[in-house]
Amino acid sequence: MTPESGGCPSKEKEATKNKSEKCCEPAKEANKGESCCSPAPLQKEEETKSSCCAPGSEDDGDSCCSDTTNETFSTSDIIDRVDGEWSLSDYWGAFKCRVSGFRNSYKVKPGLYAIGKPDGNSDVMVSANYKLSFDHLRRAIKGMDAWILVLDTKGINVWCAAGKGTFGTAELIKRVNETDIKSRLNHKRLIVPQLGAVGVAAHEVIKGTGLKVHYGPVFARDIKAFIKAGYKSNKVMRKITFGWFDRLVLAPMEMRPAMKHFFWYAAIIMVFFSIGPEGIDFSAAISSGLPFVFTGMASLLAGSLLTPVMLPYIPFKAFTIKGWLAGLAATIVCIKLMGDVALLLMIFSLIFFPLVSSYLALQFTGSTTYTNMSGVNKELRLSLPLYKWGGIMSIILLITFKINQWWLI
Amino acid sequence: MKYLKDVATLKFDRDKCTGCFLCVYVCPHGVFTEDGRKAAITDVDLCMECGACMKNCAFDAIEVQTGVGCASALINAILTGGEPSCDCSDNSSSCC
Repeated sequence: MTPESGGCPSKEKEATKNKSEKCCEPAKEANKGESCCSPAPLQKEEETKSSCCAPGSEDDGDSCCSDTTNETFSTSDIIDRVDGEWSLSDYWGAFKCRVSGFRNSYKVKPGLYAIGKPDGNSDVMVSANYKLSFDHLRRAIKGMDAWILVLDTKGINVWCAAGKGTFGTAELIKRVNETDIKSRLNHKRLIVPQLGAVGVAAHEVIKGTGLKVHYGPVFARDIKAFIKAGYKSNKVMRKITFGWFDRLVLAPMEMRPAMKHFFWYAAIIMVFFSIGPEGIDFSAAISSGLPFVFTGMASLLAGSLLTPVMLPYIPFKAFTIKGWLAGLAATIVCIKLMGDVALLLMIFSLIFFPLVSSYLALQFTGSTTYTNMSGVNKELRLSLPLYKWGGIMSIILLITFKINQWWLI
Repeated sequence: MKYLKDVATLKFDRDKCTGCFLCVYVCPHGVFTEDGRKAAITDVDLCMECGACMKNCAFDAIEVQTGVGCASALINAILTGGEPSCDCSDNSSSCC
């Protein structure tokens, strides 16, 4: 990509140009962005948003945000000077990340950033180029003078990216060397988020860069206390939590894909109940079908919302069982509300809906912070045949009910 | 919160441990603790098999089968025959 074809390279060029101009006094706090003394001019929040790296852009690895665009510019330049404040659009972006696929394109450009007025004694904090990770970090270190080294994690948060290897040893060594951060420092410390340790080998980083990795706390909010304690995290800082609010925030991400299937289910149920021996009967669809559509919605909510939120309070450790119990409770309530239900439909409901909740609850393992692969594999081994046979049984029961209904008529 | 009992594959060789305690610092569930001059496992059932400890042990004292504890990733792997991966695409269930 040529500099003319996108916004980022031209901004980089401008930064380089300004940097070369002779200058004088350090940037003043009030208008530091306008000072020519900054290693790179401050981009206002709005300007950052309008760049090609802005959230919501469709750019991927080949975009102007990728390394390929840096070929004519020094990668040791500071990309931006940022502060710790969140603008309204930052809050809005954070909200959208929680409720939609917006997070898949919520990125910042990888490289070196400055917060405050860092110098050779300032700490270097490593982060991912998922903008929400970056925003949480800069807010946590508000008021500090520090360097932020953003790795190219393809817009994914630190922990997930570390699992994939993009927040990893090779990328960290590459960014340290490319940005030449060492030349700006009077020390050899790199603060890497603790959850990044999944992808980073500290003993290899020191060999590759000469810098020593200090694993910080799990949550960015503890960074200041971590530094104050002499770059040591205590037990509380090291422990990941998974409170009801975290679970509530993550639940919508599980409900979204389930909702897509739910509309198909609702359509099939309405068609099923509308078919009679004398043709299509819409009133039958409403009177007989709707209660089962509502029961389906109840089982969906039981598995993908109630189970995650009530996770510690539902008995048993297996997600499949927790979800099944929540689904069973929801189904029994719905059957009670329906009043007079045919026996075959009642058996169908008691088999089908709790299994739906169980399956959806199992999907939440991906959002938790404590499940392991061996455990999820064990749950899948035991539950998949049950889901399969439960599904087959449910279809047989529905067909039997229909045949029986027509026979009686 | 604790997940299933006796499933985690974490193994620790105390003889190889040199007491750098990086495993203690990187584990988000406090599976390792400082026990004199060496590390020790507190409760293996707390392990989520993320592999951070193994990755940061320069002395090969830790072994664990790492992977995503994510049902959709594992189901996708079964269906596609590929490796389980935490693909956070819009079309998949979230695992991040």
